[in-house]
Amino acid sequence: MSNNNASSSSVAVAQKAVKQLRLEAKIRRINVSQAATDLKNFCLQNAHKDPLLLGVPSSDNPFRPPKSCGLL
Amino acid sequence: MPNTKYGLTKRFHFLNKYFQNGLSSLHQNTPRLREILCVLVEMAAQPSDTLATLKTESETLKTKLEEERAKLHDVELHQVAEKIEALGQFVMKTRRALKGHGNKVLCLDWCKDKRRIVSSSQDGKVIVWDAFTTNKEHAVTMPCTWVMACAYAPSGCAVACGGLDNKCSVYPLSLDKNENLAAKKKSVAMHTNYLSACCFTNSDMQILTSSGDGTCALWDVESGQMLQSFHGHAADVLCLDLAPSETGNTFVSGVGTDISRNVYLKTSLITCKQCRLYDLRADREVAIYSKESIIFGASSVDFSLSGRLLFGGYNDYTINVWDVLKGTRVSILFGHENRVSTLRVSPDGTAFCSGSWDHTLRIWA
Repeated sequence: MSNNNASSSSVAVAQKAVKQLRLEAKIRRINVSQAATDLKNFCLQNAHKDPLLLGVPSSDNPFRPPKSCGLL
Repeated sequence: MPNTKYGLTKRFHFLNKYFQNGLSSLHQNTPRLREILCVLVEMAAQPSDTLATLKTESETLKTKLEEERAKLHDVELHQVAEKIEALGQFVMKTRRALKGHGNKVLCLDWCKDKRRIVSSSQDGKVIVWDAFTTNKEHAVTMPCTWVMACAYAPSGCAVACGGLDNKCSVYPLSLDKNENLAAKKKSVAMHTNYLSACCFTNSDMQILTSSGDGTCALWDVESGQMLQSFHGHAADVLCLDLAPSETGNTFVSGVGTDISRNVYLKTSLITCKQCRLYDLRADREVAIYSKESIIFGASSVDFSLSGRLLFGGYNDYTINVWDVLKGTRVSILFGHENRVSTLRVSPDGTAFCSGSWDHTLRIWA
């Protein structure tokens, strides 16, 4: 009986795995060229908003306490 | 076995009846026919679902998946990025050093106010820092060592942490610094093995956890109830990161993952000696960041705001900065005196904080 249970549960596990794989097989994939172009565009579009990319001049370093802190 | 037989006979009987009814009204009832076909297809599929056939199918599917992924590799990321301007000289320095932990720093998180930081350590302490002044605002002593996970709530009014206690605890923060935080501790999540990572979703009310028990779970903070559990990993889940979208319903978990701020690309990253960039839409790796001279692995990664820069905290005590598009190393930052175990870019993208096995945290800008 326990043997039967074990085999049926391993079948269930295998069924679940196959189901997941079928799902993965159905995923629509894009080419690396497409993904790379999108990645490039995203990075370039947002480059002007990236403080670490623009470089933070030391005189304007945000890690100096802001003015509100000076009051405290 | 008798059960199956009985099931089959019953099914046949049912089918026969269905057939008779269906065939007799075939010409005026096509949906019925469709139903019959469905049952027939189901019948055909059922008996063949043995372990052997399932194994064969899963192997076939796996091979097919590999082939599909290989087909998509039509160009390298750095070739696409060939024409864009190289990054200029990159200067970043340690601006603050946060000292106070008595052992390895294991995890850190920024508060949304871009100023406070929570960090956790192997000594069982969780400290909330004011990174501007380097003052400690709160300190909590956990009932266990190895506090591997900590997170700041989006409101900035609470922190969550956990580790070898297998739990995720939430501590509300108060303005009164003398108040005993431990008294207000709330145990939210409970796993059957250590807590490896936690993060709040877009509200203080829900928390996502990953654990050494191989699962991830979403919890309601108020009631401590599990809302959803996620199975799929065969071994310890070491980290997780939430996609930075408004709805926040996608997350990545794995052995060293970090989702980029690149919302719609849902690019994730897995580290070892090499950092690899994966694109979820292409369902494969799109770039590798490595150098022959780098022989130690990276244990933490994060992206700059635009996603162009990738920061990696390495086990050789350095932080390497990579150009994501060109795949080249832009800079090496020295400062830590032991493994860099955790690294996070600040919410406004103007600085990043690194935590190390040398017991300190450093703010770089």
